[in-house]
Amino acid sequence: MEDELVLLDFWTSPFGRRVRIALAEKGIKYEATEEELFEQKSPLLLQMNPVHKKIPVLIHNGKPVCESLNIVQYIDEVWNHKSPLLPSDPYQRSQARFWADYVDNKLFMALRKTMRWKDGEEQEAGKKELIESLKVLEGELGDELYFNGESFGFVDLALVPLASWFYSLETCTGFGIEGECPKILSWTKRCMEKESVAKSLPDPRKIYDYLLERKKKYGF
Amino acid sequence: MADEVVLLDLWSSMFGMRVRVALAEKGVEYEYKEQDLRNKGPLLLEMNPIHKKIPVLIHNGKPICESLIIVQYIDEVWHHKAPLLPSDPYQRAQARFWADYVDKKVYPPGRKIWATKGDEQEEAKKEFIEILKVLEGELGEKPYFGGESFGFVDISFVTFSCWFHVYETFGNFSIEKECPKLMAWVKRCQERESVSKSLPDEKKLLEFVYYLMKIFGIE
Repeated sequence: MEDELVLLDFWTSPFGRRVRIALAEKGIKYEATEEELFEQKSPLLLQMNPVHKKIPVLIHNGKPVCESLNIVQYIDEVWNHKSPLLPSDPYQRSQARFWADYVDNKLFMALRKTMRWKDGEEQEAGKKELIESLKVLEGELGDELYFNGESFGFVDLALVPLASWFYSLETCTGFGIEGECPKILSWTKRCMEKESVAKSLPDPRKIYDYLLERKKKYGF
Repeated sequence: MADEVVLLDLWSSMFGMRVRVALAEKGVEYEYKEQDLRNKGPLLLEMNPIHKKIPVLIHNGKPICESLIIVQYIDEVWHHKAPLLPSDPYQRAQARFWADYVDKKVYPPGRKIWATKGDEQEEAKKEFIEILKVLEGELGEKPYFGGESFGFVDISFVTFSCWFHVYETFGNFSIEKECPKLMAWVKRCQERESVSKSLPDEKKLLEFVYYLMKIFGIE
């Protein structure tokens, strides 16, 4: 019986992109919807994620899985015959989870702050935190090709959607990834050579246009 | 070769307690090292340089940080006994979702109930009760969040139960009244030795909070 997969998503969300990359890595076919996040949320989204009402949600044969890193782990466990995303060793796995959690709680939180155009102070604080956390990640990457070592994996996938935001960050806040974190930039380029990543990430210029539109419409 | 397991912890931390419960469920012997968070020791700073927080599990010299990550690690390493996560990937995803919900949602309003007053406290109390009701709804008629057996979500949440007395005292409400099914689940969990031995006495916690308030100058 064929699997039925639906991804409830919104094109700018870096969290949705993680799921897309994971699905592409595994060569899985799916249908994606474009959800309305700021106006009325769809009945399907409210039914499938009643607790948080957020995207991404992966609906597998009618059953929903929520929270991007949780979805990626699920995908890795169900389609375990190809392209493992998490290491098999429990200790390595705990480290991968730790760093993905760091990306979520430190880095993406900082990114949100830098996008607060209305509050200059918060934006500056966010920028500082973003640089700090990227430098920590650079330290963790060291001289490895990927955070997962020789091959692309869980932490790489958790972080790489940030790449679509580099152009906006530079243009809006003066944060230049090349100057601040060159290792992260070269790691990003290495990831983008993978079809699963290149195909799954939105055009950085389109993200910038979207942000400008939002600023005009909602003032932030 | 015997495993060397060390836990860096704080007796009152509901996050540290999760690790104690998991280790007890698996029957793993370990050395407990109480940490002074106002004067962090070199071992803690070496083993958790990123967050400098407890709990940290040190297994044969290698550190694992973040309580839910530690519990999953324990479940995977000592997998021959008392499975904490389901074997089915979908059930596992649901367990992770609810443990994550507990992680994100319960602590902040809980803390505000004792650390704040007036409107802020009232708001926090309302939010806290709402969250407990969502969890009660998820529990449903099951004996445990994990179904027939005690598991990951139960561990993630039951460690807050020793703090209920603090929340009820400061917030002037009864969790039993608001969420009777949840309290029945708490009592069921407390019958397990892994839980009763790992959680501190609720009265001691209340005394501790009074002490904290004095030193932080909270009225």
